[in-house]
Amino acid sequence: MSILQARQLDIGYGDTRIVQGLSFTPPAGKVTALIGPNGCGKSTLLKTFARILKPSAGELSLDGQAYASLSSRQLAQQIAFLPQVLPVPEGVSVRQLVAYGRSPHNSLWGRLSGSDQSHVSRAMQRLELEVLADRALADLSGGQRQRAWLAMVLAQNAPVVLLDEPTTYLDISHQVELLDLMGELAAEGKTVITVLHDINQACRYADHLAVMRSGKLVADGAPGAVISAELMRQVFDVQVQVINEPVSGTPMCIVEKSTRNHV
Amino acid sequence: MSRPRLRLWVLLALLLLATFISLSAGTLWLKPATVLERLLAHDALDFEVWNHRLPRSLIAILAGAAFGLAGAIVQGVIRNPLASPEILGVTQGAGLALTVAIISWPHLPIAWLPLVACLGGAGGALLLALYNTGVSFSGVRFALSGVAIAVTLSSVTEFLILSHPLDINTALLALTGSLWSRNWHHVALVLPFLLLIPLGLCLAKPLNLIALGDEAAHSLGTALRRTRWLAMTCAVLLTSLGVGVIGPIGFIGLVAPHMARRLVGGHHQWLLPAAMLIGALLLVLADTLGRTLIAPSEIPAGVLTAVIGAPYFLWLLARFKG
Repeated sequence: MSILQARQLDIGYGDTRIVQGLSFTPPAGKVTALIGPNGCGKSTLLKTFARILKPSAGELSLDGQAYASLSSRQLAQQIAFLPQVLPVPEGVSVRQLVAYGRSPHNSLWGRLSGSDQSHVSRAMQRLELEVLADRALADLSGGQRQRAWLAMVLAQNAPVVLLDEPTTYLDISHQVELLDLMGELAAEGKTVITVLHDINQACRYADHLAVMRSGKLVADGAPGAVISAELMRQVFDVQVQVINEPVSGTPMCIVEKSTRNHV
Repeated sequence: MSRPRLRLWVLLALLLLATFISLSAGTLWLKPATVLERLLAHDALDFEVWNHRLPRSLIAILAGAAFGLAGAIVQGVIRNPLASPEILGVTQGAGLALTVAIISWPHLPIAWLPLVACLGGAGGALLLALYNTGVSFSGVRFALSGVAIAVTLSSVTEFLILSHPLDINTALLALTGSLWSRNWHHVALVLPFLLLIPLGLCLAKPLNLIALGDEAAHSLGTALRRTRWLAMTCAVLLTSLGVGVIGPIGFIGLVAPHMARRLVGGHHQWLLPAAMLIGALLLVLADTLGRTLIAPSEIPAGVLTAVIGAPYFLWLLARFKG
């Protein structure tokens, strides 16, 4: 199991600081959901874990090794990241896209070995993409495309998986399948960190919540220990009732009203 | 055999066919059997095929392939299908350097021209790089500033040609992009291209990933800065090499990768070889047409590629918007 550790991170673009003095160690082999209002820095934090952004201060390490000591390829073997916004590459088939997930493992020319091939076909199977395998990505619906991208991330087979709002383009049954898939990945020993917008989904499917507001980590722990009406009012400016969700017993928020002071 | 692979073989067959036709075509038409006979004879006194048409066709193949490969690399790394070396100032930089060299040192040996062109091409690319440092990389900004630099450089070239009417003939001849009177000495000058092919093809994997966006490319292990530098260097060398020997030939770097994408898709392990074959095919055809249409006079190949390329580019633009 891989341990990701962030100590005293400051992250910003130009002069604007988005995240300040954040220390966080997501539990290994669990699903952690980052939640918080728009602009709180959760996507920024996820991109920093993926080393797309470099913190202006603080330290990041993976299994005790500083990020700076890892090459791009080494990091990609350890950490997979699914961005929130993705272009549609022209003239690329689903099978080719999923195979690109093997890039950190295969040769300079991109040739797939036998084990690469089996990772690719397993990932396609898992997301039910075999029938779409030879279709061009550009010809698919948003949801089908999102599943192809997810299969690419699975094929990468990294011990740490970062997903930025992966449910966005999916209908409800594919959302549930994806959330279950995250649980399966964690059960296989992978550390999954995801940004989710739906608090109730996060409570039900994540083992661990990290709640952010204005670039700071305000709470982290199991959903049952973290979510309260008080926290929801402080972080999201909403007045809620917290009940136990009847199916899983995890907390569930029912919104009464917004408490934001509109100017 | 997969479809893209089959299509690459078909392209290769077409290229061989076109080359054979170009060997028999000209002011004096030769029978295919005669061409074969003369090719096998290696006769140093054979003016038509061995000393004239064969080196000329070889240069067209090598330079056309170099332009096609450079275009595919540039379009891949900028993620913009409208990009090409001639809108990034590389071609015009090389052209300007050649003009300055020809005007200042009229007796410069031809072996120096590719080097001069490389310096000019690198200069054009460097201007572009300077203009784009300090800001986060944007394909659109890159392409637009490239067009501005290209136009500026070519206007300086025009000015030099107009203000030096006495030297105009040599310079103009070098700058219309023509294969006229090219011989075995010139073939030797484009041979370094063969060394650049493996370097270019090694970019196939990172270019596939760059097509997925910078963030995805990065998380799949691509060193983005290094790849961009390597790709641009490779494109500058490939383009300058061609321009140094036959002058700036427009549109092949733009059109060849486009046709290649339509034929074999966006997977660069297929796309790069296809762009090379199509580039070579286009230049061989343009050269053959150029010297047969109004024989015994010649239309420079660069004029023909522009006549075919410009409408294609407009059609592309129209499609791109809608």
